[in-house]
Amino acid sequence: MKKTLSRRRVLRGMVNGTAVTIGLPLLNCFLNDNGTALASGAKMPVRFGTWAWGLGMNKAIFVPKKTGTGFDLPEEIASLANVRDHINLLTNATYFRDSYQNLCHFTGWVVSRTGAAPKSAGFIPGETIDVTIANQIGNATRFKSLTATAAGDVRGTYSYENTNTPNAQEWSPIQFYTRLFGPEFQDPNAPEFKPDPRVMISKSALTGVMDQTKDLMSTVGAEDKQRLDQYFTGVRHLEQQFQQRLEKPEPIAACVRPKKVASDVPMGLEADSVALRHRMMTDLLVMALACDQTRVFNMAYSAAQSNTIKPGYEKPHHTTTHEEPNDAKLGYQPTASWFTRRSMESWAYFVDAFTKVKEGDGTLLDNVFIYATTDHGYARMHSLDNVPLFTAGRAGGKVKSGMHIDMNASAATRLGLTALHLFGIDKQSWGVDGNNTAQPVSEILV
Amino acid sequence: MAALVTVLALAACSKGPKEPEAPPATPHLRLMTTEQYLNTLGYIFGPSVTMEMKFAPLQRDGGLLANGAAVAGVTGAQLEQYERAAAVISAQAVDESHRGYLVPCKPADEKAADKACATQFFTRVGRLLHRRSMKNAEVAAYADRASDAATKLTDFYAGLNLTLASMLIEPEVLFIVEKAEPDPNNAGKMRLDAHSLASRLSFFLWNAAPDDTLLNAAENGSLQTKKGLEQQVNAMLASPRLETGIRAFFDDMFQFDAFDSLSKDPTVYPFYTGSIGTDAREQTLRTVVDQLVHKNGDYRDLFTSRSTFISPSLAALYGIPASPGWQPYEFPADSPRQGLLTQVSFLATHSHPGRSSPTRRGKALREILLCQVVPNPPANVDFSALNNPKSEYPTQRDRVKVHLQNPVCAGCHRITDPTGLALENFDGAGRFRTEENGHHIDASGNLDGKMFADVTGLAKTLHDNPGLPNCLVNRLFSYGTGAVVPPKNRELLQYFDTRFSESGYKVPELLRTLALSHTFQEVRAPSKGAAPAQQTQSTASNDSGRAPAPLATR
Repeated sequence: MKKTLSRRRVLRGMVNGTAVTIGLPLLNCFLNDNGTALASGAKMPVRFGTWAWGLGMNKAIFVPKKTGTGFDLPEEIASLANVRDHINLLTNATYFRDSYQNLCHFTGWVVSRTGAAPKSAGFIPGETIDVTIANQIGNATRFKSLTATAAGDVRGTYSYENTNTPNAQEWSPIQFYTRLFGPEFQDPNAPEFKPDPRVMISKSALTGVMDQTKDLMSTVGAEDKQRLDQYFTGVRHLEQQFQQRLEKPEPIAACVRPKKVASDVPMGLEADSVALRHRMMTDLLVMALACDQTRVFNMAYSAAQSNTIKPGYEKPHHTTTHEEPNDAKLGYQPTASWFTRRSMESWAYFVDAFTKVKEGDGTLLDNVFIYATTDHGYARMHSLDNVPLFTAGRAGGKVKSGMHIDMNASAATRLGLTALHLFGIDKQSWGVDGNNTAQPVSEILV
Repeated sequence: MAALVTVLALAACSKGPKEPEAPPATPHLRLMTTEQYLNTLGYIFGPSVTMEMKFAPLQRDGGLLANGAAVAGVTGAQLEQYERAAAVISAQAVDESHRGYLVPCKPADEKAADKACATQFFTRVGRLLHRRSMKNAEVAAYADRASDAATKLTDFYAGLNLTLASMLIEPEVLFIVEKAEPDPNNAGKMRLDAHSLASRLSFFLWNAAPDDTLLNAAENGSLQTKKGLEQQVNAMLASPRLETGIRAFFDDMFQFDAFDSLSKDPTVYPFYTGSIGTDAREQTLRTVVDQLVHKNGDYRDLFTSRSTFISPSLAALYGIPASPGWQPYEFPADSPRQGLLTQVSFLATHSHPGRSSPTRRGKALREILLCQVVPNPPANVDFSALNNPKSEYPTQRDRVKVHLQNPVCAGCHRITDPTGLALENFDGAGRFRTEENGHHIDASGNLDGKMFADVTGLAKTLHDNPGLPNCLVNRLFSYGTGAVVPPKNRELLQYFDTRFSESGYKVPELLRTLALSHTFQEVRAPSKGAAPAQQTQSTASNDSGRAPAPLATR
C-alpha cells in the first residue's frame, strides 16, 4: 500500500506514525526507477543552509537529560516535539575567544561561522562557512546563495565574504518574492520554452563590462584591485544567470511558483511579527530550494543581540537577558525564556517546512544539511561555554538525525568541520587557535 | 622656480596661518550609495526616472557610513541587484513618456538602428555617468552595440535600453574612481586629476555626480586653477543642490539609518508608528538645512534652537496644535524642547523599544556629537538590579545608579549616564513627561564636570563644548575625503577648527575651507604591490580602524 501511494498521492509520515504530509505529485517521468535522482540521471543535489537565533538558552530547562536518540524535551524546547527526529541537538560546546576580549554578542557567532575569534568588534576574521561551501557547490544554480532574516533589518547579516563584504540579507518578503519568483524566474515545468533574444543581448553586453573591469584593475592599488576582482567574479555570475535563462530548465515536479506576496509584515520586532516574517521568508526559501534556484542558504530568526519585543514588557529580548532577575521559584528568567521558546517554535517551523516538499522517496529535508547556531550559551553572562547547536536534515543520507549529543566542552567548530566534510571540502582541520579542530562530530555521520 | 612663485603667491593671498602639511592619503575607489545613484540619475534623466530598491548598506567606520564606501566589496548578489536597478532605470529612460526629452534625437525609423542618433544619446549620457569626457571610440562602441541590438530586435529604443542598462553596471559608473597625477605646482607631490577632483567636490557638496558645468571646468583645466576652483566651489555652495548634500551628510553623521529598522513596543507607545519615525527624521533634517543653509546660522545653535518644523503626526506627539503639511514652528521660550537633543529623532533612536535609556542617550551624545568613543561593556556583569521598575527603584535615575555601584561598570557609566539623565523628561518615544511611576523626575546632570539642573542646561553646556564644532570638522573632512581622519592629521584638524570658529561656526564657510584646502586634493600614488593575500583566518590583520579606541575627544 505504502509503495503504490508514495509516488502518486505522496503520503509520507510513517516516522512518527501519525504525521501525514501531502506533497505535490511527483510524476514518474521525472524520476529514475528508485525516485532518488532526476530522470537525466543527475542526483538530487544536497544543499547546505544555516539558521540563527540570538541569545542562547537556559541550560536547566533547555538541555535534555538523556543523550542519544529519543531524548527528552525540557520545557524550553518542548516545541521541537514534531521535528525532534529530524534534528540533532548538540549541547555543551565551546566558543574559544583565544587571547581576545569576549566581544558581547559577536565573538560567539563569529566563531561559529568563521572558525576564528574576532580581535575587535565589527571585524570578521575570514569568510563565513556558507561562503566556503557556496564556492564549492553554489556555482551551478541561479543564485550562489540566498540570505534572509526575519528581523526586518537589512543589517546584521551572519554571512560575509570578508570583513568588508557582507552578504546583505533579504528582509522584505515582497522583495524576496520578486527576486526569486518575479519576472526573471524561469518555471522549470513551463510547457513552452522560448529564449528571450533580449537576454542574449544583455548577456553579450557583459563582455564590455568585464573588459572595463579588467582595465580598471590595472590602474588601482592592490587592495582595490582585489575589490574589482570580486566585482569581476560577480559579473561572471551575472553572465551565467543570463545563460541559464537561455536554456530550457530540467523539469522539477515539486517546484511550483508560489502565490505573489501581497504585503509585507509591518516593520516591528514584536515576537508575532517576527514569527510571521520568519514563516513567509522560510516558505519562499524552501520553494526556491525545491526549484533548485540555490543550493546554499542562510536564514536568521533573530540577530545575535536580538531585540525581539514581547508586547507589554518594557524591554526587548537582549536587555531582558541582562536585567531580568531569576524567578526564585522557577530558577530561571521567565521572560528571557519566553523569548527563547519563541525562537525554538520558529526553528521547529523551519525544519518542518523542508518536510513539506516531496523529493524522490523522501522530502527535501533528506537532501539538506542545516547548521543552526547562536551567539552565547547563557546570554545573561555572555557565556561562550555551554553553547547549544543544532543540525537538521540528512544530507542525502550521509547524516543521522534524532540525537542529543554532549560535546563535553569541546570546540563548537567541530560541527562546522563536519559540515565542510559533508560538502566535499577536504580540510584536515577547521578553525584558528583554540577553535581549531580536526575532530568532526562523527556520532552524526552514517 | 615657477612652482615656488606660485606657492608664495598662494601663501600671500590667504589670510591667517597657513594650512599645515598633512600626510596625503591614497586615492579611493568608492562604491556609490543608493542616494548618490538616485541623485545622479535624477540629474541626468529627471526625477521621474526612479527605482524602489535600496542597495546593500555600507558598514559604518569612524562614525560614518560614507567611509565604508571606500572599502566595501561587491558580492554577486549585490551585482545582481545593481543589474535589476539598471534594467528598471534604463527601461524608463527610453520609454514612450520619457524618450521625447531624454533622447536628444528621433531615429529615422523606430524599427531600425540609427547609429547617429544613438551616438548623440551616449555622448551625453556616457559622459555624465562616467563623470569624464568619453573618447570617440568609446562612444562608438556603445552606439554600435545599441545598433546591433536594435537590428536584432527591430526596435531602436530597445537597443538604447539594453545598452544603457549594461553601462549602468560598469565599474566606472558604480565606483567613484579617483586617479592621481603629478602636481605641477608641488614637485614630487601628487594630486587628484581634474575629473577625480570634480567628483570628490560634487559628491561632498551635492551627494551626486558632477553636473555639466563642473565637468566642463575639469575638462578645460580651470578647475585646477585657484580662481577656477573657487568659482566652482562658490557656485556649488550657492546651488539649491547643497541642501541635498547637507541632508545626506547629517543623515549619515546622526546615524539616521537607525530609522530603517526602528520599532517601538506598540503596547507601551501605541501612538508611535512608522510614519512618526519618517517624520522625526525629516523634522531634524529640515531643521538642520534651515539653520545651516537658509539662515547661514551657527552650527552650535542647532542644539539650543527652539525653531523647527512640524508635521501633523508629529504635532500630536509634541502636544501642539496640528496644521496641514510641514509648517515652521517655534517652541515657546519656557518649553523644554530646546535643540536637536530634544527632538524625537534623537530621543527615540537612542532608547529601548519600551523605555528611555540614559546610557544610550549619553553614549550617543558623546560618540555622535562629540566624536568620542565609549568602550563596550564588560562581558560578565549581572545587571538584574536594573530591573524592578515598581519597587524601590521608581525612576531611571534610581535604576542606573546600580551601574555606579560596580567599579567595573562605573568607569564608563560615569561618562554616559549623568548626561543622558538630563533627557529623562522625555520617554522612550520622545514624549515629554514630568513623572515616572508616579515619582517626580530629577533631570539634573553633568557633562565633563559642568553641572546643570535640566535639559536646558544640558543644551547650553553642549553648545559651549568645544568638542561639538571640532567633531563636525572631523566628520566633514572625513566625509569629503572618504576616509577616517588618521590621528597624525591632528594639527590639520586644529587648523580647520580655528577657521570654523573664526567664521562664526558657519557650515557653508567650513565646507568652502575644506573644499579649497590643498589637503582636499592632495593624494599619494596607490601602492601597486602584489595584492595582499585574501584575508584568511591566519593572516587577518586589517581591523579597518573599528577597534574601540580609548576615550578621547577626537
